[in-house]
Amino acid sequence: MEVIDTSKVEKVLEKYKDTRGALIPILQAAQVGYGYLPEPIIDFIAERLKISTSEIIGVATFYAQFHLKPRGQHIIKVCCGTACHVKNAKSLSVKVHEKLKINVNETSKDKLFTFEEVSCLGACGIAPVVVIDEDVHGELSPDKLGGILDKYKKPEV
Amino acid sequence: MDTKSIHSEKNKKNENTENKAQPVIAVCLGTGGIAAGGDKVFKKFEDEIKRLSMDAAIGKRVCKTAKTGCRGLCARDVLVDVSIPGTKPLTYEKVTVDMVPQIIEEHIVKNTPVEKWLAKEDYHKFYDSQQRHVLANSGIIDPENIDEYIARGGYVALKKVLETMTQQDVIQEIKKSGLRGRGGGGFPTGEKWASGARYSADEKFIVCNADEGDPGAFMDRSLMEGDPHAVMEGMIIGGYAIAATSGYIYVRAEYPLAVKRLHWAIKQAKEHGFMGKNILNSNYSLDIHIKEGAGAFVCGESTALQYSIEGKRGMPRTRPPQSVEAGLWDKPTVLNNVETFANVPIVINRGADWYSKIGTEKSKGTKIFSLTGRIKNPGLIEVPMGATIRQIVFDMGGGIPRKKKFKAVQIGGPSGGCLPESLLDSPIDYESLLGLGAMMGSGSFVVVDETTCMVDMARFFMNFCAGESCGKCPPCRIGTTLMLDILTRITQGLGEESDLELLEQMSDEIKTMSLCGLGQSAPNPVKSTLRYFKDEYIAHIRDKTCPTATCVALHRYEVVSEKCTKCQACIRNCPVKAISGSTKEVAFINKEKCIKCNLCYEKCNFMAIK
Repeated sequence: MEVIDTSKVEKVLEKYKDTRGALIPILQAAQVGYGYLPEPIIDFIAERLKISTSEIIGVATFYAQFHLKPRGQHIIKVCCGTACHVKNAKSLSVKVHEKLKINVNETSKDKLFTFEEVSCLGACGIAPVVVIDEDVHGELSPDKLGGILDKYKKPEV
Repeated sequence: MDTKSIHSEKNKKNENTENKAQPVIAVCLGTGGIAAGGDKVFKKFEDEIKRLSMDAAIGKRVCKTAKTGCRGLCARDVLVDVSIPGTKPLTYEKVTVDMVPQIIEEHIVKNTPVEKWLAKEDYHKFYDSQQRHVLANSGIIDPENIDEYIARGGYVALKKVLETMTQQDVIQEIKKSGLRGRGGGGFPTGEKWASGARYSADEKFIVCNADEGDPGAFMDRSLMEGDPHAVMEGMIIGGYAIAATSGYIYVRAEYPLAVKRLHWAIKQAKEHGFMGKNILNSNYSLDIHIKEGAGAFVCGESTALQYSIEGKRGMPRTRPPQSVEAGLWDKPTVLNNVETFANVPIVINRGADWYSKIGTEKSKGTKIFSLTGRIKNPGLIEVPMGATIRQIVFDMGGGIPRKKKFKAVQIGGPSGGCLPESLLDSPIDYESLLGLGAMMGSGSFVVVDETTCMVDMARFFMNFCAGESCGKCPPCRIGTTLMLDILTRITQGLGEESDLELLEQMSDEIKTMSLCGLGQSAPNPVKSTLRYFKDEYIAHIRDKTCPTATCVALHRYEVVSEKCTKCQACIRNCPVKAISGSTKEVAFINKEKCIKCNLCYEKCNFMAIK
């Protein structure tokens, strides 16, 4: 098993030690620290909370937010809510696929991008919407999206 | 803080604005405003004012019509309100960073508004035809500043409740107002509180359901971002009425700005004595905690939501016992939606008699709808219950863009239904929508025009429900997947006539046998499209064509020569250069090159591509 630094999750566990029903916030905070939920970390949390690993895996796989595999540096979320759907969000997904050669829920080889389709981001007034990391891009066309993706492709200065 | 100090605070605030007579520039900073560059515009205003050492306050607030809705409405981009004391506040639309110096120079310094950038008539029409009570503060106040909420009568209802009303008085008032749950089912709020109050236990909870998962709805997000204290005040009043010992707000993690503003609001409410121990020197104490969801639609269901707060898989359970008896951690729990709570201070302040005059016989008050889809002015609108679909789509929404024809409106999201043109004059309230085969749901209102395929729409929602089914009960888990298979087959031209009967039958079975609301309502979009748009299903099955050319597998794109205006929009937009033509020649689509991306059909303003 790979060796992983548990200090980040130690802090999280300390913060939530008196909170009831803290498993989800703990996993959320752990994921922020590691980018995903590595297996050793899940085992570690299980041991400390005195619950079974399977219970944590059960929770982690139930919610869309948790990831058991490493993800890319930038997360592209194409909104597939109703408003975006009727404004042809599909064409945006096609564009991402064309441009980055990855399918939904895949990470590009250079680990730069992870491509996800999500249901409603609540920005329906500016549909169709794509969220890259924390930035909301609205009223997109495939061309506009292509231009935006190019910006992220450039190495950061 | 005692009651007097609230008032003196309020007066002080008013004096401040009157005495200092500052010009105020308010920039839209909701999710939509920020996406449009609102924060950059805000920064620019700040910088410019600092540079010129001018005495103007920059109000940080969300835009008037709702954060995201305003963009489409205001011909895109950031909304900025400029109020010069003594003159009417004016609204600029499409504001970019470059426009900032000129607005300051001409409007603030010389007091001559920059006419060409002011919001046009349709902005005012959209706004004026509504009745904004719940949204009254959204877009007006700075949501991160409790003083602004207090200055507009905030927390006065809480004070009234704690000082002059018993728990039963509050429950009676809410009952009398006729307020019903705004999250979907429309259960009378007063009744729910009354049953919550009946159970006694060492711990009781008041929970705010802010897990707005319904695709196409964003009113709860906007309320939390634009007026978080109103939600909080309603919750504290509810907590008092049922004698809750603590409160939880379960909010989607997909709404980071709402989460941030709620945290702020809690902190400020505590500092002002509106929350925590002995609220406003009464004997009542309540703390409210925020729990972030982790991305599961089914957690909008009350029992699933409670399991999720407990840190478990959010799977619904059988009822009874109802949550009011044994909910969160098996303690009595009352759960209401964001918008419901935001209505509570209004009922208390203005009285049940006033409130119950708004709306229809059985549905009282106003409802916020998120008007989106193929509509000129998408945005959040608040109308009295009983408003007609036509009023919303055409009077407020401005109708359908690009000369296309209205086809249907999808109300209530994955639990709701599609209503056709013939029902445009139907009033919208809980009962009439159910009668028509739709549902109020949380109030998503997605308009579709003649380019949207209703079979594909039904498939879209079924795909959503199949994906979000928690998997606990087989009718929902297997049923939605099988229905999705059938719908997918139909959209691929592989449907059979017997499929329609099968869909009807399965709809009824899934509805009757599923454990929770997700499964019980999942067939609604299929049922309503079968009811109103059966001809489209038949076209897919019998003629193997999709009348709107949405179902790509069925389509062969062609140009209708008589309709083509040789504008070349299709040629410019074709990603594979499969279309030829010129200003003299109608367009022609090379079927071998065509990848059926549908862009030409989308871009054509003359319906010349079929």
